[in-house]
Amino acid sequence: MELKRTALYDNHVKCGGQIVDFAGYELPIQYVGISEEHHSVRNKVGLFDVSHMGEVLVTGKESLSFVQNLVSNNVKSLVNNQVLYTVMCYENGTVVDDLLVYRMTEDKFFLVINAANIEKDVKWIQKQGESFDVTIENQSDSFAQLALQGPDAQGLLQSFVDFDLTEIEFFNFKESVSINGIEALVSRTGYTGEDGFEIYSKPEDASMLWDLLVEAGAMPIGLGARDTLRFEACLPLYGHEISDQINPLEAGLSMFVKLDNDDFIGKEALVKIKEEGITRKIVGLEISKGIAREGYTILVGEQEIGHITTGYKSPTVGKSIALALIDKTHAVMGNNVLVQVRKKQIPATIISKRFYKKNYKK
Amino acid sequence: MKVLENLLYTEEHEWLKVEGNTAYFGITDYAQNMLGGIVYVELPDEDDELEKGENFAVIESVKAATDIIAPVDGTVLEANEDLDDSPEKINESPFEAWIVKIEISDASQLEGLMDAKAYEAFCAKEA
Repeated sequence: MELKRTALYDNHVKCGGQIVDFAGYELPIQYVGISEEHHSVRNKVGLFDVSHMGEVLVTGKESLSFVQNLVSNNVKSLVNNQVLYTVMCYENGTVVDDLLVYRMTEDKFFLVINAANIEKDVKWIQKQGESFDVTIENQSDSFAQLALQGPDAQGLLQSFVDFDLTEIEFFNFKESVSINGIEALVSRTGYTGEDGFEIYSKPEDASMLWDLLVEAGAMPIGLGARDTLRFEACLPLYGHEISDQINPLEAGLSMFVKLDNDDFIGKEALVKIKEEGITRKIVGLEISKGIAREGYTILVGEQEIGHITTGYKSPTVGKSIALALIDKTHAVMGNNVLVQVRKKQIPATIISKRFYKKNYKK
Repeated sequence: MKVLENLLYTEEHEWLKVEGNTAYFGITDYAQNMLGGIVYVELPDEDDELEKGENFAVIESVKAATDIIAPVDGTVLEANEDLDDSPEKINESPFEAWIVKIEISDASQLEGLMDAKAYEAFCAKEA
């Protein structure tokens, strides 16, 4: 498959980005280094190109009931200009994808999905839409997306807009914002555990917007630090903590799954799973030595009890930590387990997966 | 990129400082730059037997684990335990932060390694 480039490819090269293949896109894994970029977002402000993310527009008079049926969270609770984090599930309760739902109006919703899942998701969404009076458009190639994240994000962006940014509250958005004359949709959302914004613009405007924000002091951040940041904040990544083999209750996402609300695809299965009790769950681990990478086996004695879903030496906490999917009977805080790291079995302890306290402006 | 004169180099971007039948072993400036921030080194144990071409240690950067390949047959005399506490020393001074000291079992295997000039040319071709 031919690799795609986002509208910001030349900007990445110019900023010294080390380009890799990610979900079919040529994107920078890092610029100056993952740790430095990571700390910059935690302490100041960083800028990400997330244009590879997919955007799906749902319009039509049954939009609200359609989206409510599609996803697990309570879409009906949304007011205009509000954003919702949720998952969409298969009938068996496992996850098609996680996504953000933007409500423009009752008959217009904007869904933001993972790059690697665009094709699969769009097919799925269109199939579900057949029985509703809605129009579903894959607009992924019509948007560039930049994420400006970190404690200084608001201060930096404020100088380029003509209204008070505090008007956009956490998980809210504003359309047709002028950023130094460039039109964009701006939401106070992100994937780092810090305050910040996600900015959707036309692809042809993205390069100018990028340069504007970088020149104002935002450090370009690659995919490497995007992953370490979301990991520390315990934000799931599709294919790791959630997948078509893992349901949201196992992943610890029950606050985004409203089983006492309207029906949605997968609800019946999830109600049953909840009644019977989950058999596996995502936990935090602290590893005594080395680094536990995705896929490594976890043992108690000789018995395999699960695997690592993501693991790093945490740049903020300084410890070797991991998220792991393990048998629930062993998922007790403080329990000791072993991680098979190549030929050796390394002791690890189950800890809270709140590795890092999120700094959202709520 | 820094290359030191009196060392031998492998195509895996490792260096050997040979002293009689023993040698200090580490990774080159080119290698540490490619790996980025090093956060952990899994060292072999003393007396571990090395077989040319086999991985015997692992360097973990933030993003990934990289196998370290034995350049010659030999035995581990000493592992640099400083790296347990300060793996970043490999980034800071790759030619001082040796990983292991080894005893070479077959000195003729050194003949296949590159000198500084050949290694520089090799890197230029890789880049």
